[in-house]
Amino acid sequence: MDFVKLIIDNKQVEVPAGTTIYKAAHQLGIEIPVLCYMNLEHMNIENKPAGCRICVVEVEGRRNLAPSCSTDVVEGMVVRTNTMRVLNARRTVLEFILSDHPKDCLVCPKSGNCELQDLAVKMGVRKIHNEEISQMSSYRVDYSPSIIRDLDKCVMCRRCETMCNDVQTVGALHAVNRGFMSVVAPAFEMDLVKSTCTYCGQCVAVCPTGALAEVDNTPQLIRALSDTKKTVIVQTAPAVRAALGEEFGYPAGTSVTGKMVAALRRLGFDYVFDTDFAADLTIMEEGTELLGRLEKHLKGEPVKLPILTSCCPSWVNFFEQQYPDMLDIPSTARSPQQMFGAIAKTYFADKINVKREDLIVVSIMPCLAKKYECQREEFKTDGNPDVDYSISTRELAHLIKEANMDLRNMPDEDFDNPLGESTGAGVIFGTTGGVIEAAVRTAYEVFTKKKLEKVDFQQLRGMEGIRSASVDIDGFELKIGIAHGLGNARKLLEDIRAGKSEYHAIEIMACPGGCVGGGGQPLHHGHSEILQKRAAALYREDAEKPIRKSHDNPMIIELYEKFLGHPMSEKAHHLLHTHYVDKATVIKTIE
Amino acid sequence: MAESKVALKRADKEKLVEVCREFNNKPGELINVLHRAQNIFGYLPAEVQEVIASELNVALAKVYGVVTFYSYFTMIPRGKYPISVCTGTACYVRGAEKVLDEFKRLLKLEVGETAADGVFSLNCLRCVGACGLAPVVLVGEKTYGRVSSDQVRKILEEYGYEG
Repeated sequence: MDFVKLIIDNKQVEVPAGTTIYKAAHQLGIEIPVLCYMNLEHMNIENKPAGCRICVVEVEGRRNLAPSCSTDVVEGMVVRTNTMRVLNARRTVLEFILSDHPKDCLVCPKSGNCELQDLAVKMGVRKIHNEEISQMSSYRVDYSPSIIRDLDKCVMCRRCETMCNDVQTVGALHAVNRGFMSVVAPAFEMDLVKSTCTYCGQCVAVCPTGALAEVDNTPQLIRALSDTKKTVIVQTAPAVRAALGEEFGYPAGTSVTGKMVAALRRLGFDYVFDTDFAADLTIMEEGTELLGRLEKHLKGEPVKLPILTSCCPSWVNFFEQQYPDMLDIPSTARSPQQMFGAIAKTYFADKINVKREDLIVVSIMPCLAKKYECQREEFKTDGNPDVDYSISTRELAHLIKEANMDLRNMPDEDFDNPLGESTGAGVIFGTTGGVIEAAVRTAYEVFTKKKLEKVDFQQLRGMEGIRSASVDIDGFELKIGIAHGLGNARKLLEDIRAGKSEYHAIEIMACPGGCVGGGGQPLHHGHSEILQKRAAALYREDAEKPIRKSHDNPMIIELYEKFLGHPMSEKAHHLLHTHYVDKATVIKTIE
Repeated sequence: MAESKVALKRADKEKLVEVCREFNNKPGELINVLHRAQNIFGYLPAEVQEVIASELNVALAKVYGVVTFYSYFTMIPRGKYPISVCTGTACYVRGAEKVLDEFKRLLKLEVGETAADGVFSLNCLRCVGACGLAPVVLVGEKTYGRVSSDQVRKILEEYGYEG
């Protein structure tokens, strides 16, 4: 590899040829401010349209200033990152951007977590010159069940476009129009709900401003909590406990399960339950379905393989839109969120003698697609949804702060029973590879009727975008594929469509890293090591659990004995399984 | 099942599919395909973009993004005689705006509009590379140089304008 020597701010540095000035400076510990630039190293994705010009630097012998994010280093280059000329240029650029940006920061959903605001603070902007004669662009606000687009706040960094197209290959968002009118929008500037958007929320996760934000369901939740006639219960998804602490100053990868339970109880929930319980239930249903298909396969009967997991609502949206010819391949098992809702509003409501309409089920999710999922018609009975509101990890953090509580001061408390009892298999649902590992633990014992001694399947873990592994189940080699990120999922799906897939089972999660990297999680700003730490926290929690296989969960056993009968029973089918809808856009023609 | 807004004639769709095939359905040929499509249909309605997106395997939002980025592409049918007034820097400083205003006044059209009878449509473009002739007006393929606002009526009359 060729190396290049250059000088940045009077310090010499040697970097591989092809390195940008920005990265070379970073190596020296010099942080150049950026706005549009985004580097997701773990995904090999770099967004550097050089559009904002905040990162400009002075290069000796060059007439104009250079955008450091997209200018490669040259041998002998002399760079200055903080001369008066540079600082003035940056401030002017920022003033231009701010001149076409709403000034309602105090009531903006991104306030306090906005990169544009941070830059204005850092550069000490106190006045926007010529603001009185500058134009403001104006665009309608677009509401969807999960995501709100407020394009007046768009700075055209195009990070969302990179996530939507390059990472997720969903293609719902793209830069449209020209000059002052340019925004990032769906085709024909249609509403997000009519586009191919899957609500994965990765665009929201990277948006530097308030242009893309989640739908805020906390006002309805607060109203429900203060209604004395309602019983309000909550379920918390596995990935939430591994990330919530970050919003309260804990280092990434701190598991705050007990404190989170305590905080939820103090917020006024009547019962604090765990989605992990429903994850165990999902394994019972999905695992049984997998074994059913495998047994047919082994007998030589025609059967659809591989089976695909179906826990991720964004992934469900993706295949409903893009692979309508393959709707019979995914498992019919509902997601843990919806299984929880269905059981809560039947089995649990009866148990505590509360009418369905008086029971409010809330979910805390690392996800924005869950907001959409709980509104799907299939998951309602007489118009009453199984899950009433889905709140993101970020929204929960806001809620706790709003209630004048600090997570750090909370004691560790336990979930309520019966729907709070879970196993280690349920906990790892929150990370890529976790669902399939949980399924293998149960499938092994049910299939072989032998005890599984070693429950850790290291070959299924990791952060590679696409992984494959095989597991020896008593002589039968179970071939497993894992993909996270919808772009990676697409690759496995294309193989299946072409008849080239050799897998028996495939786990898919829409967000890079799985739910730990979900669109509703605390922002990681491109630091992939945060996702790894969150995943490690879940594996740690799994290892500490006394029970680590879903079918050993005593409350699950009781649920089947007293209510459901057996996995895939008629009742289980009615409450815990679903069907998929063809959502593809069809181009109709006339004669 | 979601359906697109307006149906395309089957023969038109086949024509488009054929154009895409001529370019080997390569995503990189998007602009070339759009050029050809606009030559065939005169404009690029949503349905045409949908067919191209699916044939080239390009996101529909991207196709729309390209169509709205280049002023050459239009989603509104152009008139029989499409008028383009250059408002590039050279033409602009030599009075293109006055010329444009005169077209607007006589045709009772705004920029980007097509007359109800479909005869004239009015657009702006940025530089045709004939700055020495500024201000420049194009009617269809024909170029008019050093146009002043009092010549506008005469130009229009060449195309049957009687207003």
